[in-house]
Order: sequence, then C-alpha cells, then structure tokens
Amino acid sequence: MKILLIAESREGTLLGGSYELIAFAEAMGGESSMFLVGGDDVLPAYQGKLYLADVAGCGEYNPDVHKQLILDVVAKENPDVVAFCHSSYGWDLAPRVAFAMGAAQISEVVDIVDGVPVVPVCNAKLRRDVKANTAQTVITIQAGAFGLEDEPAGTPDVEKIAAEGEGKIEFTGYEQAEAGGVDLGKAQIIVSAGRGVGKPENVSMIADLAKALGGEYGASRPVVDSEWVEHNRQVGTTGQTVAPKLYVACGISGAIQHLAGMKKSEFIVAVNTDKDAPIGEVADVLVVADLKQFVPALTEKIQSL
Amino acid sequence: MKILVCIKQVPDMESKFKVDAGGTWYEKTDLAWRMNEYDEYGVEQAVQLKEQVKDADVTVLCIGGDQVKETMKKALAMGCDRGAQIVDDESYAKEPAQIAAIIAEYAKGKDFDVIFTGMQSQDRGSAQVGILVAEILGMSSVSTVVEFSYSDGTVEAKRELEGGVKACLKVQTPLVVTCQLGLNTPRYPTLPNIMKAKRKELLSTPVGDLLKVEARQETMRMYFPEKKGGGLILEGEVVDMTDQLIKILKDKTTVFA
Ligand SMILES: Cc1cc2nc3c(=O)[nH]c(=O)nc-3n(C[C@H](O)[C@H](O)[C@H](O)COP(=O)(O)OP(=O)(O)OC[C@H]3O[C@@H](n4cnc5c(N)ncnc54)[C@H](O)[C@@H]3O)c2cc1C
Repeated sequence: MKILLIAESREGTLLGGSYELIAFAEAMGGESSMFLVGGDDVLPAYQGKLYLADVAGCGEYNPDVHKQLILDVVAKENPDVVAFCHSSYGWDLAPRVAFAMGAAQISEVVDIVDGVPVVPVCNAKLRRDVKANTAQTVITIQAGAFGLEDEPAGTPDVEKIAAEGEGKIEFTGYEQAEAGGVDLGKAQIIVSAGRGVGKPENVSMIADLAKALGGEYGASRPVVDSEWVEHNRQVGTTGQTVAPKLYVACGISGAIQHLAGMKKSEFIVAVNTDKDAPIGEVADVLVVADLKQFVPALTEKIQSL
Repeated sequence: MKILVCIKQVPDMESKFKVDAGGTWYEKTDLAWRMNEYDEYGVEQAVQLKEQVKDADVTVLCIGGDQVKETMKKALAMGCDRGAQIVDDESYAKEPAQIAAIIAEYAKGKDFDVIFTGMQSQDRGSAQVGILVAEILGMSSVSTVVEFSYSDGTVEAKRELEGGVKACLKVQTPLVVTCQLGLNTPRYPTLPNIMKAKRKELLSTPVGDLLKVEARQETMRMYFPEKKGGGLILEGEVVDMTDQLIKILKDKTTVFA
C-alpha cells in the first residue's frame, strides 16, 4: 500500500500533526511519501521522499494552489491513500483533493483495526467502521490518535516542486489570539464551566469553587462563544492547553477538542447529569449530579474544612 | 442577492443512543431532534446578510423525511424566506459526497451568490459537505469561518486555526462559507415570526430527482467505544457525594495539602 502524507507548517514551524501522519502510515502498514508546503528550515525528521513546495511562492493558506500541488504529486506517486491531519488545514483541503481524485474521504480517523478505519459519531459517544468503495481513499486523522513510539528520525529525500497560477482566495495575514488576562497554564487547580451551567449567572458558582480550592476557573468553548467567560480562559484546541494537578469539568460533555486541552491533567473530576457523557472516558471521578446543586454544596464543604 | 443555507436535523447529543437493528446507525426513535448547532450560525449569517443588503432572498434547504419540517420552520422563523425540503427518509445513510451532490444538483443554475453550511454535523462530523458543494459547482469556498463581512461582491472572512489564531481572507462571491461555532449569536425566533413562518413557502422535492451518484463509502458497523477502565462513578445524594469526593481528593491529590 502507498500512502501520501500531507504535512503542515505554519509561520516557519513544522506542525506536530506531521509526525502523527507518519505514525498513521505505520499503523496502516504502508510505504509512505510526504508532501509539505514550507521552507528548508522546517524539514521533518523523516526517512523518505519529501515533495517540498516553497511557502514563499505559494503562501501558507492558498487552497487552490495547494490542491493543485497535491494533485500533481498524486499523479506521480499514484498513492492508495492520501492522509491529512483533521486540522484546520486538513479539513479544508482534503475534500477539495478527494473531489478531484474521485475518491471517498473518511474523516477524523481515530484508529485502524485490521486495516479498517474507525471514526467517531455523535460527539464520540459512538463509533463507525468505514469502508471506501473507491480505489483511492482520502483520510483525515484525529489529532492525538496516532503517535510515534520512538523519536522521529531520518533525513528526507527532498524533491522541490512548484505551482503555477494563483488562487482565488487572498490571504491577508494572521490575527493572533489576544494575550493578557489569566495564564491558565500556570494554575495548579482549574475548575471549568461548560454549557451545562445553563446561564451566565451560574458561572460564579464555578469561580467560587475554583477560589475555594485556591485555583483558577476556565470554560469550554460554548461558554466563551456566548461571552459568559473571556476567551483567555477557554480550554481546548482553540484555547489553552493545560495540565494542572486537578481539573474539575462542570457541565462539560467531553468533546475531543476540549479533551485535547486538558486530558494531561494529573487528576480529573467531572460533574455531569449524563452518566454516559464522553468526559467519563478521561475522568478519574465522574460525579453524576446537577452541578447547580453539587458545586455550591462542595464549595461550602471545602470552605468549612 | 440569492442566498442558500443548508441545514441538517440532528439528535440532541445528550440523548441516550442505541445502535439500530441493522447495526450500522443509531436507533432514531426516542430521540429529541434539533438543528445542527453549526448550521444555526449559517442561518443567522444568511439572515444578517439579507438584512444588510436588503434586496435578497434566502432559501433554507434540508434533506430528510417529514420530521425535518419542524427544524426548517425554525429557520424560516429566524428569517429565511423559503424552504426547500429534499424528501429522503434514508438521508442518514447517505455519505457526504452524496449529500453534497444532492445539494449541488438543487443549486445548479439557480445562481446563488452565497451558500452557507455548517462546518460539520454534530452526528456524522465529516466536515466535507460545504466544500464538496463548492467543488462540484466550481465556486470558491472558505471553511471554519468565525467572522464574516460582505461589501459589494467581496467577502472578508476569518478562518479559525488551532490555538485561537485566525487567518484573514478576502474572496469574491459566488462563494460557499462553512460556519464555525461563535460566528455570530443566532437569534431566537419571536412569536410573530413563528406565526409568519407558517405561511412561508416550503417546497418538497423527492431525492430521486436530484441524486445521481453512487455512495463512495459505507458504514460497516456502528458500536459503542470500549470503556477504557474509566474512573470511579459517584451517584446518589449530593451531601454524600461531596464528602466522598473530598475524601478522594485528600487521598489521591495534594490539593488540600
Ligand atoms: C474546530 C473546533 C475547535 C473547537 N475548539 C474547542 C475548544 O478549544 N474548547 C472547547 O471546549 N470546545 C471546542 N470546540 C467545541 C466542541 O466540539 C464542543 O462543542 C464543546 O466542547 C462542547 O462544550 P460543552 O461540553 O460545554 O457543551 P455540551 O457538549 O453541550 O455539553 C454540556 C454538558 O453538560 C451536561 N449538563 C447539562 N446540564 C447539566 C447540569 N445541570 N449539571 C451538570 N451537567 C449538566 C450535559 O450532560 C452535557 O454533557 C471546538 C469545535 C471545533 C469544531
């Protein structure tokens, strides 16, 4: 089996997902080659062929041009599988490439069991085994699902490629996340509010518990999107990544994007009315309760210790 | 201006799921249904765009059986002008390339200036349909949009990347936009608007008229993930559980040290 891996770089840095793709190729038991839009300064430690397109020429975000570059490599390599990260880069580009190839796209693969891709359904409550009916398949892999056992090593055999033409989308620059405010990364104890808090007034319950424990409070994305809590307190892929001694998730279901930001915490407590909530997968203790009753009661007990 | 917004009806994710008799999808009875969260942002953005440019017509499209009309009525009450239901009792079994082909076939020749979709559905989560629709129709597309503005045929949008970074873009219509959480604040339909929505046009087209492609992939099996050992589950009276939890934290962590 031949697998083409679509690595990623941004602002002069190779993104970590690139190595997860190598681990994925190993799990598939395939022979791989790699494609990257980047510069000579971001080459991955990889023993294999690397098709390198110069980012100075074709831009970091230029889906029309990146698509064409990948299709050129596909024509040369004729891979059975083209693998992307299930990332902002991958999920944007993968369907464009899949459509042009007439290939099935299997999204957010979390595992390969006997050669069959497994994907999550319904916020990871369920899983599906998927079979492609097409000769070639495009796959995106979930962040963190595949990891290399050993430190990546090797020097790629680089072949430079170039694109012609321009894209229809004009990239005008990055906007960095606003800095300042709390640094959740430093907190030893974090209590986070999820959509289960129900209304903005209830965020104070979470903040009170955090205070009683001598920690900080955080939040899941919907709570931040609703502007009940400021963005620098958001935990997850598009917020902060934290690993405190204690993480208490209140009314948080445990979506993969949230888990990615907190699953390395030393001890995890979840408070949730739903006993089957996926947060239970990573929690050391799952308290099945209405947080509106449990959280204030816990705060009071701790204050009286 | 002609605007299309594509929505999907999905189960509430807090539902208790069961695998159906066929073993390839979840059981669809006993579930509460709602509009896919990502699509709510699409409906809101479509309506805001209409309010901005004034002279516009917003069609909301949904593929599914009779029960999706409920969700479509919500979109109409939020301000869409007309509904296009693609009648398909087996829409759940269609894979993204088929869903995209159905939408593209519907949209073909109708000259939509902007098509909004959610970036993904909450149940299948493939994150493909919007971009595939654009590829089929030869339109530009921008995914994972968290900020959108329109002026005179030009869209300025911000795509959300990892770690809270955004990529800023400029692109001309016609365009497909896939909407990410937080793009706007979806409005609640008001009672008068709910009443008005009842009189809005809702046309149904059989899926057979629009679907012309084979499935490129199949679900072989659906199942619950194995519980990985997992942690302790506390259930019962709140007072007891607070005591139990404090004891566990004292034993297993240093937070009270
Ligand atoms: C590209 C992308 C990036 C994302 N980035 C992030 C990110 O950085 N961070 C993030 O958090 N999310 C992120 N998300 C969103 C993520 O997919 C989920 O939608 C989100 O994490 C859900 O938040 P939640 O758990 O608070 O809400 P829900 O999923 O709605 O869960 C609410 C939970 O509260 C429980 N509950 C309800 N009422 C009560 C009660 N009274 N007491 C106790 N429990 C109750 C429910 O059982 C449920 O489990 C991202 C999504 C995408 C697509």
